[in-house]
Parts: sequence; structure tokens; C-alpha cells
Amino acid sequence: MQAWYFTEMPYPHLPPMDTLSTIRVSLPVKHFDPRIGADLYNRYFDEYMIADDAGLDMMVNEHHQTATCLDVAAPLSLAILARQTSRGRLCILGNPIANRGDPIRIAEEMAMVDCISRGRLETGFVRGVPYEVFAANTNPTRTVERLWEGIDLVQKAWTSHGEPFNFEGDFTHRRAVNVWPRPYQQPHPPIWVTGSSDVDAVRRAAARGFVFATFLQPYTRVAELFGAYRGAYQLNGQPGGGGTAFMPLVYVADTESEAEAGMKELLWYMQAKTEAQYRNPPGYAPVEANVQGLKGAFAGRTDAMRSQGLEFQREQGVVMYGTPDQVAAQVKRFYDLVGGFDHLLMMMQAGFLDHQKTAANIRLFAKECYPQIRDLARTSPLAAKAAAE
Amino acid sequence: MEVERFGSGAPMLVLLSEESALELESPFLAELAKTRELIIPQPPGFGRSERPDWVSGPDDIAYMYLDLVERLGLKNIPVLAFSLGAYIAAQMAVKDDAFISQLILAGALGVKTGGPFDRDFMDIWTSLPEKVMAWKWADPGKGRPDLSGKTDEELAIIARNTESFARYCWEPYMHDPKLKRRLHRIRVPALFVWGAQDGFVTPACGKAYAELIPGAKFTSIADAGHYPHLEQPRAFLAAVHAFTG
Repeated sequence: MQAWYFTEMPYPHLPPMDTLSTIRVSLPVKHFDPRIGADLYNRYFDEYMIADDAGLDMMVNEHHQTATCLDVAAPLSLAILARQTSRGRLCILGNPIANRGDPIRIAEEMAMVDCISRGRLETGFVRGVPYEVFAANTNPTRTVERLWEGIDLVQKAWTSHGEPFNFEGDFTHRRAVNVWPRPYQQPHPPIWVTGSSDVDAVRRAAARGFVFATFLQPYTRVAELFGAYRGAYQLNGQPGGGGTAFMPLVYVADTESEAEAGMKELLWYMQAKTEAQYRNPPGYAPVEANVQGLKGAFAGRTDAMRSQGLEFQREQGVVMYGTPDQVAAQVKRFYDLVGGFDHLLMMMQAGFLDHQKTAANIRLFAKECYPQIRDLARTSPLAAKAAAE
Repeated sequence: MEVERFGSGAPMLVLLSEESALELESPFLAELAKTRELIIPQPPGFGRSERPDWVSGPDDIAYMYLDLVERLGLKNIPVLAFSLGAYIAAQMAVKDDAFISQLILAGALGVKTGGPFDRDFMDIWTSLPEKVMAWKWADPGKGRPDLSGKTDEELAIIARNTESFARYCWEPYMHDPKLKRRLHRIRVPALFVWGAQDGFVTPACGKAYAELIPGAKFTSIADAGHYPHLEQPRAFLAAVHAFTG
């Protein structure tokens, strides 16, 4: 089991949440104070360095036009971490390749970071959450096709070391593609993709040997997704690589009550408001899901989760908190419930959780909890076969 | 492609708006069908029509409809079109208007005459649903579909229509920058009908659109928003009859 430290780099210093209708897409940037922002950026990178020192790997992501995430250009964060850290692996999860619309530039950025970090990069590609289509103005009905066309092009660009090639796809046309530099890892850094419901995408990821990651989902759903992944993995006879990753909110403290208080601060993330029209752009979700929506039965995952209490969320595995022993037990329980997984992606900082508590959370997890779960077996093809049977 | 044909009288090609689920249930179409045979194709991805991947907008749909007109042997018939349907009709007419006797466009999308920072079309996809209703309807209550008692298949049609509208009109938003340069090719008598309270695409935008078609007339309907035929069916039909004779 590999454990990854993650913060979405929030900007929580906003007017009271109940006075705002949304903090995503259209919250005016007048609410952002650049001096506070500067402090936050620097603090968040300090915390990544603490995680690196403590022996954790590091994950970054990006979002746009939102107070929940100041990391608007994850490759820039990666570049900083590639130089400022020395040990941990660096996962970008991910490049919103459907929304950025320039796969070759992404191939270049990733190859450069992989070289600077001497091969510590794990490259994720994401379709992007629904509200991201507004900032990018990507047609929401075509993001899946754009994602996979982009991945195909990047892989081809990374692995073509001879004659330049031309590409004329549905979304990107490029001539004389000849990406310099080559990635440090050969043939290229591990590729990750994410998903929350689309089982076809899960199977596709498995068939390609990509790591499949899912965030903040109840264990029943995660078991379904990981089961589909392992099934497809076997079906395609993949020799290895790949794997599965799950992200809960994580807070570890010396006492359970202290941990609960910390977790309540992290839950700021779950309470972030988004206006209805940003949550379900037309054509982002499949017709069947929208039929359920018209019947009033469909709600986003955070909606469903945040309406429930902390105990329920802990039972579902969406939040993991407590003493190091308790959290280790929660990870192991989740591991068993979903048929095993390989990467624990931990949102350990959110909202107003301050530097001192964040650093303590990271250090205590690394020292007392990580050793208890590190040796959980990776879901190798053999284990996958057993799980499928 | 799904094509509805009903009513009795001389044929008329009717191209519905993105709200075709509402229109198909409206008294307006029933009234019109008393004196006309209505030929109503559903665009790819609307109703029960398939949506091939290569169809990316009204320009593609226009060619499909021109093939349909040819196949059905339609000649010298009026075309009545609304919103997205009017966008498709304009795309057809600039390519071939020989089969059209009169062109009636209501709340037509497709042409942006303002500059990059001007909002010719209010952004329905980044705005609260209540706000969008208020732009589109003089009486927003009329736009709220009654979903109770609808079957899954009927709801799926509504969901498909919503999705396909975005497929075709997301970017460029509600228009084709090339279209306004081609409108002079339309030589048939044309009438633009606009709801006086259309807050989604204002009557001023409609007038600017009409001016790009030689000889086109413009008329507005009081107490109506973006769908004047649904909000004021009588006044709308009177305007149509006055034009078609």
C-alpha cells in the first residue's frame, strides 16, 4: 500500500457560506486577497515538503474558478515539487486533457517534470468534474471522447523516438509531432485515470494497464468499480502494472475526540456550495442518469454524502479518522471490503485546517499509521484472480 | 430520422425548437394542423432520432433535412421554424431555398451580430434555472414542464433533447459565425416573428438578424417571450396567416 498526501489548496477565507450561492465557477475573485493567497500557496508547498520528509508520496490536482482549489495549474505545482522534494513520488491526478485541449503540450510538461524529478512522476489524466466544463468551455457532451483521444496522442508522442508523426483526430490536429524531452521513465511514467460510475471507462483503464482511482465514494460503489477493473484486467491478460487507488478524507490524532475535531474541519470541503446548473451541465451525465434526475432521484456524490452524519461517512469509508490504530483498522477494513487496493490517496488538509494541525496529521500518520498498512498486499494479477473467484 | 406527419391541407415543413417535447403537446400545433399537413422532422438526438457522431451542428443537420425534402419530393412549401429549428432552417435556406415558398423564423438562433463582449444570447447554461425561465417566458409558469405521470421513455426524450441542444449549440454559442455572411443568398419572402419580452435573444437581435436577409419582414408578439407560438398561439397564428395568405 502506498500512501499519498494531498490537499486541494483551498481558499477558505470567504464570507459566511450561507450568504453565498456558490463558491465554484462564478464566485467573484474580489473575495480573493492576493496577500492571503501568497501565504497559502507557500504554506501548502511547505506541507508537501513535510509529507515528503515524513516518507509519504504526494498527489496534486487542479480546478478552475473555484475557492476550493487554488491549484489552477497542477503542472506548475509538480515542477515546484520536482525541485523542492527529493524522495516521494509525484502524482498529478490529473491533467484535465479534455478541457485543456492541447495534449502535446501536456506530453511536454510531463516529460520535463519526469526528467527534473528523475523519474518520480505518475501521470494522471482526468475527464474533469462537471463544473470544469464552464471554465474550459469544453462541450460537455464530448469530454469522454476528448479524454481518450488525448491519452492516445500523449502515449504515442512519448513512445515515438524516431520520425516525427502527424495526427488528425476528432479534436486535435498536429503536424510533425516530435516531443522533446523524452520522459525519464521508459517507456513513459505510469498512467492513472479516474472514474466514479462509468464501468466501461474502468474496463478501458484496466485493459490499458492504467491505475484506476476513485474519490470519496462509499465502499459498495468502490467494490463494484474495483471489481470491474480486476475483471477486465484478467480478461485482457495484462501482465502487471496498473492498480487501484481510493481517496478518503483522513485525519489522525492522539485521541479520537481530537481526530473528530480535525475531521470536522476537513469537512469544509464537503460543504462547499455549487449552484445547480454547474453540477449537471447538459450531456455530461448519461441520459439514464438524467432520467433519474428528472424523477428527482439523482444527486451528486457529495450531495448524497454531506447530507449524512460523520458516523455514516466513516462507516462508508469516505472519511477515516481516529487514533493511528483506529485509522489503520479503517484502512484495512476498507481494503477487505473492496477486494484490496494499492494506493491510499489522503486528503489531509482542507478548509481552515491550519498548518500546525496539518503537519501533525501528516507526521503522526506517517510515523504510527503507515507502518501498519504499508505491507497490505498489492492487488497483483494473482490476487486479482483470487478476488474474482 | 423520426418524421411526424399529421393534419390536412397543403403541406408545411415545421422545424421545432429545443423545446419540442412541449411543442408537440401544444394546442398551437393542433390548431395549425386543422388547415395544413405538417411535416415535422426531429433533429438527430431529439425525440427518437439517432445521433451519429459526425453530426456536430445545424450546418450538418441542414444537409440531412435537404436530403429529406428531396426524398419526400417537397416543392414550393412554406417553412415555419422556431429557435434551434429556425437556426437549422436558415442553414438550409442559404444552401438551397428553391423548395421554399415562404420562410417564417420565430426566435431564431444562429446569428450573432454583436461583438465579442456583447451577449446576443443570454447564457442559459451558467445561469440559475429560474433566471433562464424568466428570460425565456413572459409567464415563466408556462415553461415549467409537467413531468408527473411521464414515462421513462418520455423523460429520456426530454433528457436527450437537452443533451443534443448542448451538442449543437455549446460553442460557438447558439450561432455559426459563417451564417450571417451567407444570409444574402436567401431570396424567398421571409418573416421574423419575435416575442416582445424575449429576454434570451432580444427583439433587437432579431431585427438585426432580419436585416441580413433581403426584404425580410419583422413582427413582434406582445406578452410573449422566446416561444411566442406557445405563449400567444392565436396572435402568432394570425401573424403567420397574414404572411402566408
